[in-house]
Amino acid sequence: MSESAKPQPQGKGEKTHGGDSSYVGIDAILEQMRRKAMKQGFELNIMVVGQSGLGKSTLVNTLFKSKVSRKSVQPDPEERIPKTIEIKSISHDIEEKGVRMKLTVIDTPGFGDQINNENCWQPIMKFINDQYEVYLQEEININRKKRIPDSRVHCCIYFIPPTGHCLRPLDVEFMRRLSKVVNIVPVIAKADTLTLEERDYFKQTIREELRANGIDVYPQKEFDEDAEDRMINDKIREMIPFAVVGSDQEYQVNGKRILGRKTKWGTIEVENIAHCEFAYLRDLLIRTHMQNIKDITGSIHYETYRVRRLNESNIHFSAHLSDGPAVQPKANGQPEEQPPIAPQANGVAAQHEALSHEM
Amino acid sequence: MSSGETSASEADGNGGMMAQQKNLEGYVGFANLPNQVYRKSVKRGFEFTLMVVGESGLGKSTLINSLFLTDLYSPEYPGPSHRIKKTVQVEQSKVLVKEGGVHLLLTIVDTPGFGDAVDNSNCWQPVIDYIDSKFEDYLNAESRVNRRLMPDSRVQCCLYFIAPSGHGLKPLDIEFMKRLHEKVNIIPLIAKADTMTPEECQQFKKQIMKEIQEHKIKIYEFPETDDEEEMKMVRKIKDRLPLAVVGSNTIIEVNGKRVRGRQYPWGVAEVENGEHCDFTILRNMLIRTHMQDLKDVTNNVHYENYRSRKLAAVTYNGVDNNKNKGQLTKPDTADGMSPLAQMEEERRDHVAKMKKMEQEMEQVFEMKVKEKLQKLRDSEAELQRRHEQMKKNLEAQHKELEDKRRQHEEEKASWEAQQRILEQQKLDASRTLEKNKKKKIF
Repeated sequence: MSESAKPQPQGKGEKTHGGDSSYVGIDAILEQMRRKAMKQGFELNIMVVGQSGLGKSTLVNTLFKSKVSRKSVQPDPEERIPKTIEIKSISHDIEEKGVRMKLTVIDTPGFGDQINNENCWQPIMKFINDQYEVYLQEEININRKKRIPDSRVHCCIYFIPPTGHCLRPLDVEFMRRLSKVVNIVPVIAKADTLTLEERDYFKQTIREELRANGIDVYPQKEFDEDAEDRMINDKIREMIPFAVVGSDQEYQVNGKRILGRKTKWGTIEVENIAHCEFAYLRDLLIRTHMQNIKDITGSIHYETYRVRRLNESNIHFSAHLSDGPAVQPKANGQPEEQPPIAPQANGVAAQHEALSHEM
Repeated sequence: MSSGETSASEADGNGGMMAQQKNLEGYVGFANLPNQVYRKSVKRGFEFTLMVVGESGLGKSTLINSLFLTDLYSPEYPGPSHRIKKTVQVEQSKVLVKEGGVHLLLTIVDTPGFGDAVDNSNCWQPVIDYIDSKFEDYLNAESRVNRRLMPDSRVQCCLYFIAPSGHGLKPLDIEFMKRLHEKVNIIPLIAKADTMTPEECQQFKKQIMKEIQEHKIKIYEFPETDDEEEMKMVRKIKDRLPLAVVGSNTIIEVNGKRVRGRQYPWGVAEVENGEHCDFTILRNMLIRTHMQDLKDVTNNVHYENYRSRKLAAVTYNGVDNNKNKGQLTKPDTADGMSPLAQMEEERRDHVAKMKKMEQEMEQVFEMKVKEKLQKLRDSEAELQRRHEQMKKNLEAQHKELEDKRRQHEEEKASWEAQQRILEQQKLDASRTLEKNKKKKIF
């Protein structure tokens, strides 16, 4: 191992000690990790949620600078609004500078488009929990694969329509329920509708409403690890929700070819931070916080789900053991409903008590 | 003579309306008729009721402000969008605008809360109820015996705001328009049109018109005229339906000109620029050319539909008919009665009401009289009491004064006595002095 360490490029881990005699080479682990990651590739699962016509597919195309959205893959150009919410998941393998990424975009056409949108978040929650379930099953397996394919939703981008006034009840309901199971990144869609003052006012209103309703969007305050993280994340928190504009068409502006939207009164440049905040969103999702998003999904949201599930199956198990009670916990191991059991240690004991009383 | 001829031709025609054309030999003067009508209308003033429907945040209030160049919704009286609504309400605000001596009483009916809830089923019902109630008011006013003042508050035009999704109509839009196209003139508008590039806008418009035709929605049709020029204009408008509008009342400098528009970092979207949006077309159509036509269509088509449906239901003498047609009728009136009987009923009601009122008033009167009497008695007693008290006071004072006087007399007497003594003493003293003096002298 040490022979390969010596001819390594003196990366950032290098400390000029008295000489090579005191250089151990621990920092070479970074290079090893890098090579391994490049060989393995990354996975990222992004879900886009919002009413139809808010530019979700366009934004996803713009984020990854290629046609990865559902619309680009579907051969039929018919734009009909489905009667019920469908969940469509499309995977692509993209590569940049030797780094491979398996990107899965999960689209939710039909969300919020009906006249009666009661419980339109349920299919989505069911889907997310199903992904956790699949991963859990694989993990519990006796003979499990070396690398469990990760289909859990890492990040959910929620599109807020640019009304300029406040969040709608539907938005509040959805975000409240889903911020507990997945990282939500709210964005203001079609931000070229709003002037700069309207945009600031709208963002302020949204932030206040999120705070008032106790909705914790990514980056969550409670998961900041240290002061540096907190500083960076605070800056980001000042800016959410990002006001984005998406486009997959290129125009010539000042001799450069850039992505934008051309209207009769001007051209909106997607990557110009004076025009919209797309660049910040892209940096957050891809360049700086991608790994953090995946970590939070894996270590917090997934763990919460796991604890809940295992508690449930515990109760289920113990309920079977005691003399045939008529009461089965109503969730019964189904992951789609929110079971009334809190994932705490004493929750299990309380349930035991309840069951024995009911006997 | 000429009138006799014309009437003869009318009689022998098959009830035809066309009388013989006669050329006049001089200036009679009835070419002045339009002026008379004009002057009368100007004096009377005009009324127009406009309804705006759409989800919150689509710029309805801004557009109204821009159309009529006034601040109907100002920071002091913020529009409904700034107030969160839990249910759909129907609000109306009236404003009187004057221009060139012509008065226009403008009523804007707003529907805050439309389409904002999670469950929007039947969010159109309050709107339908409102329109029907206005028709009913007008019907009742028309059927009254005394109908000198007939205020016309029927909704003459409904501007429906479509969100600029770029894809097509939403199920809510289709439902709403399907239910209201037979009751009011619907003019669909694409709100916040500065969201879309020209190509997107074109495609969106085509998609919307296709869907409107698919669902057989009857939006307001511009009337065909014989005038070639007008037809050209009308055709141009028809091509650009639904109109894509942008509203703004803020004035911005562009190339030295002051225009109304919205300022973005990448440019200024001008409201009155025909290439940027269809606002000018909407304004011209709504106010300058087709306002009267909208009122006529409302009166002749939509109102007549309502009226015939309502009266037919009445003559069939069934409560069921009324309910089936989905009319909103008050449950007490017109249940199975002809209009004459209805009037009788009304008269009886009225008389009964008057009697009741009279009785009530008498009761009130009695009560008031009693109260007044009571009050007077009370005040009399009060006065009496005070009188007594004052008398007592007076007597007390009198006695006091008497005492004082007596005292004073006594003092005076004693003082006089003292004075006399003093005098006496002085006299004595002076005598002794004299005696001494005399003695001294000697």
